[in-house]
Amino acid sequence: MSAPLGWLRRHLVVIAGLATLAYLTLPNVVVTVFSFNNPTGRFNYAWQEFSLEAWKDPCGVADMCGSLSLSLQIALWSTIGATVLGTMIAFALVRYRFRARGAVNSLIFLPMAMPEIVMAASLLALFLNMGIELGFWTILIAHVMFCLSFVVAAVKARVLSMDPRLEEAARDLYAGPVQTFLRVTLPIAAPGIAAGALLSFALSFDDFIITNFNSGNTVTFPMFVWGSAQRGTPVQINVIGTAMFVIAVLVVLAGQVVSSRRQKQKH
Amino acid sequence: MTDKTAGGDVRLTGISKHYGSFTAVHPLDLTIPQGSFFALLGASGCGKTTTLRMIAGLEEPSTGTVRLGEQEVTHLPPYKRPVNTVFQSYALFPHMDIFENIAFGLRRRGIKSVKKQVDEMIELVQLGEHARKKPHQLSGGQQQRVAVARALINHPQVLLLDEPLGALDLKLRRQMQLELKRIQTEVGITFVHVTHDQEEAMTMADTVAVMNGGRVEQLGAPADLYENPRTTFVANFLGTSNLIEAAVESAGDQVVVSAAGTTLRLPGARCSTTPRTGGKLLVGVRPEKLSLVPADEEHTIAAGRNKVTGRITASSFIGVSTQFVVDSPVCAELEVYVQNIERDARLTPGTEVVLHWNPEHTFGLDAAQDIDAGTETVEEGA
Repeated sequence: MSAPLGWLRRHLVVIAGLATLAYLTLPNVVVTVFSFNNPTGRFNYAWQEFSLEAWKDPCGVADMCGSLSLSLQIALWSTIGATVLGTMIAFALVRYRFRARGAVNSLIFLPMAMPEIVMAASLLALFLNMGIELGFWTILIAHVMFCLSFVVAAVKARVLSMDPRLEEAARDLYAGPVQTFLRVTLPIAAPGIAAGALLSFALSFDDFIITNFNSGNTVTFPMFVWGSAQRGTPVQINVIGTAMFVIAVLVVLAGQVVSSRRQKQKH
Repeated sequence: MTDKTAGGDVRLTGISKHYGSFTAVHPLDLTIPQGSFFALLGASGCGKTTTLRMIAGLEEPSTGTVRLGEQEVTHLPPYKRPVNTVFQSYALFPHMDIFENIAFGLRRRGIKSVKKQVDEMIELVQLGEHARKKPHQLSGGQQQRVAVARALINHPQVLLLDEPLGALDLKLRRQMQLELKRIQTEVGITFVHVTHDQEEAMTMADTVAVMNGGRVEQLGAPADLYENPRTTFVANFLGTSNLIEAAVESAGDQVVVSAAGTTLRLPGARCSTTPRTGGKLLVGVRPEKLSLVPADEEHTIAAGRNKVTGRITASSFIGVSTQFVVDSPVCAELEVYVQNIERDARLTPGTEVVLHWNPEHTFGLDAAQDIDAGTETVEEGA
């Protein structure tokens, strides 16, 4: 009796790790497997047979790739907008004492705390009252707004932990304000900025609720998936999902390979 | 950068610094001769670091001017001053390797071929094999040397050191003190060193300015400060002093005072104040100038020496010397350091003794000051 228990005890961490990994990746596995399905009806919910049809023609469904490209564009622009604005806000909040600093400091996290559906509805009311036409721009404005707080949180943590003496040292070593910012401040804050940017991209790309309320006739990729799910789910949706997953994993792996190479070079 | 202004003293004229209603540095005049090793010594919050930062340009003085040689730099930003700083926490750039850290100043001044100079500097501070490492991969002592190299490579007119050894352990600290002194002698640049460690200041500096409460209490060569303190703060902060409150019986070349019925003599020239007959005087003597004999051997003491009776209350053996605390009528806690040449076994706590010393080794201070000023030794990491 005690031998299996002992074995369990010794490998508990590994077992727990594998179980968590399975829990996290199972949905992705299902998406991937069903991207090779050849369903009989309009719904891709039951396994029929292996097929490469969907992979050969990923844009074979009307309007899907258009919505995908729109989502990628919105994600890109809202990432740029939120990262630039959020980084500046984070620096202002950490470095300067100004009126209403405390208020800004807590209000900036409101979008994180507020239920998304409430914000979506209020934003719609705001846009309608201002007479702004719903579409690409209203989606972009909304996305920048809710990504902002994540960028501020990520960059603020980084700037807070930064020794102000580093910038003094740079100034002492003949670097003017611009050089100090470019050579010292920015590179040190970069990991925080990158984390904020990646989060923004992911949040913007798959946002549905706020986008659905404020998009007018524009259709983003998550909206397309939702819409088609009412009538039937094309296999191509799984193809796009799988491709996104693979690309994300490849980016992470590449990052790790690069950083471990750098580590080795140093020794 | 340095060539056109080569040479010249650092001259602070009436500089002061206020933060709101708090005065960190009171108007201060200070001349730091070119090529000297100058220490600003004081407890935390005495204004020494603020003074240093005003020379660096990291802090703008509320009043007064800063001159480097002929050039007035009071309102120049730090990146336009021929002055470099070694920061307390080193402030090495964490995202750059050692080579790039040291090359930083040269590159910012638009010098293209930095390799030769940087390699030479890395050799000078003996970090040859670490050039491509990041700062966090080095030990504290190595990081400290990078910080010195990064500043020195620019051949500044003045090198400012802000408690640069504060984070090192004692042994490494002693080693780095000698190292810094060696480098200073080699390069001949003016060093201004801020520290709260009186031993460090005395070991390294040619001139020490003792600061207290935003003012310079006294300035001079280490031996002069130690032998002739002019205030109780300096007497107590630099080493240890026995201060005895006494009444002046007669003034002149030879001052005669009495305390608790004991008559003491000291040279008038060694009084920082003019003693007046009938007035009060603080009589000071360093613990190592005192000799100790058991009470029954009082007759062996040569004539003309100052004598005080007392009883040993504590003794601690610390190798090269034994430190005694003696309770006497003139002062409850006289400290005596006796070299362990021939240890007298009778000198144990409880023994009645006579202390004696050469009157020449006595100094006199103004009695109208706090007798305990500067006795609280400084907390670390000021």
